[in-house]
Amino acid sequence: MSGAEFVPLSLTPLLIGVFSAIACALPGNFLVLRRQALIGDAISHVVLPGIVVAFLVTGVVSAWPMMIGAALASLVAVGLIEAIRRLGKIEPGAAMGVTFTAMFAGGVLLLEQTDTSSVHLDVEHALYGNLESLIWLDAIGWESLLDASALAGLPDELLRIFMTLIGVCLFIGLFWRPLKVSTFDPGFAEALGMRTGLIGLSLVVVAAVAAVAAFDAVGSIIVIAMFICPPAAARMMTNQLGKQIGWSVVFAMLSAILGYVLAGYGPLWLGANHAVSAAGMIATISGLLLALAAIAGPCRHRSGAPAH
Amino acid sequence: MTVALATEQGIAAVDLIAESPLAIRGMTVSYGEKPAVFSVDMTVAEGAMTAIIGPNGAGKSTLLKAALGVIKPLAGQATVFGASLKTQRARIAYVPQRASVDWDFPTRVLDVVMMGLYRELGLLRRVRAHHIDKATDCLDRVGMADFADRQIGQLSGGQQQRVFLARALAQGADLYLLDEPFAGVDAATEKAIISVLKSLIDEGKTVVAVHHDLATVTEYFDHVFLINTRKVAEGPVSEAFTSGNLIAAYGGRLATAQIDQLDLAAG
Repeated sequence: MSGAEFVPLSLTPLLIGVFSAIACALPGNFLVLRRQALIGDAISHVVLPGIVVAFLVTGVVSAWPMMIGAALASLVAVGLIEAIRRLGKIEPGAAMGVTFTAMFAGGVLLLEQTDTSSVHLDVEHALYGNLESLIWLDAIGWESLLDASALAGLPDELLRIFMTLIGVCLFIGLFWRPLKVSTFDPGFAEALGMRTGLIGLSLVVVAAVAAVAAFDAVGSIIVIAMFICPPAAARMMTNQLGKQIGWSVVFAMLSAILGYVLAGYGPLWLGANHAVSAAGMIATISGLLLALAAIAGPCRHRSGAPAH
Repeated sequence: MTVALATEQGIAAVDLIAESPLAIRGMTVSYGEKPAVFSVDMTVAEGAMTAIIGPNGAGKSTLLKAALGVIKPLAGQATVFGASLKTQRARIAYVPQRASVDWDFPTRVLDVVMMGLYRELGLLRRVRAHHIDKATDCLDRVGMADFADRQIGQLSGGQQQRVFLARALAQGADLYLLDEPFAGVDAATEKAIISVLKSLIDEGKTVVAVHHDLATVTEYFDHVFLINTRKVAEGPVSEAFTSGNLIAAYGGRLATAQIDQLDLAAG
């Protein structure tokens, strides 16, 4: 494929897919180790009612009100989960389960009741996003990467997810030690004087920001898959947290790139005449990578694993 | 005369609390409706090895955690070396129950010990050779130097406990608080741990451990603190470790035959 075709049509969706996958996989490592992986699932579902309400209030499909609506909805969800857990005295997983299904269902109902036919806002969009449509029409080839006027036409989603990814990396880099210590041994961390509650909440907020930014571009399916699949697969490749994070980034990138390419060309190779959803394929690939790691990963049998 | 004497005693009592490595006052903790620890006072003797003993569910671990701020008490406070806990954290090392963490966590033995250097390293200070040497020395002290590069999931229960002790040693503290350090460990580990703890006492440090095995209290510890939600007794083993106090703490859960076998103080 030539640059003239690849750069405008495929470069930006690919980059957005890769950045979204990594931004979710990074905090996902800690969420999975803290047995809070469902938080990612919960956030990505509750984002829907937040976006719908933001649309109803402002009447426009615009990124910022929707992201604020989504962020508010995730805060409501985190509060609800805590309230249900404490007042109902039920386990956290069940509290998350009822919260996100109820809020997602509420979002679907709201969406059906509103006239959104004129705008690009529907359940399908919420699930799969619109990765394929995030093209860069101003580009004419690789040389456009150096052309300021063409660069100005890059999709907003790319800049937003890129900034989010940088924020996520800064958070994890800066708070690496407290995150590690408080995830492994919260009691010890607390005795050291670390504010483990604040660290845990910050992690959830960072995950929520990543989920909302990624949801905007790629839909909730990828968000759910990326919080869990790359970190879980990475855990079976190594016994060191730092290396696990590295592997999870590799798996997230692989899923995004392979998924995007296979969704676009796979059906054609198989004789079908139209492409399938890139988001769906990316999530599927991440699941397949997890299955591969579970079958062949060197650290899949942990309690009797060889010393080397 | 009487007034002067009373004042002197009052001052002496205040000094005891002020100098104590750990003084707990009115500590009350509740997880549900019933308090787990109720209005407990404790004054830990400096340079001594103190056992916290009591039946299951008596609030031993809870008392320790509340004193450290790991769990929030309903009421009460702890002072450490006469000052607030906040200002004295660097002088405390805490060894949680081995079973309280997930040993499947992706990390190596040396990394766990390095966690003890957190106060030195902070968020971003670079790990230098002398930090690694220090951590390795601590592992050596508990007989685990050969295991530095092992994944922690591959360790036996006794080895895990030694790694936790090495992490506490790396903290270079003056007060060591251990939650059931001998629970589920092999005899060799128990011996290794007690010899490390005795060496800490020889260096002038203070050790407090939640302890289960009444048979070894006299051999291992200098002081004893008996608790069953409320404080039952505290003092040197030779004074407080009596059959009367044990019955008060354990009630019917301790058979008279068991008590007879213990090396108890008279009283």
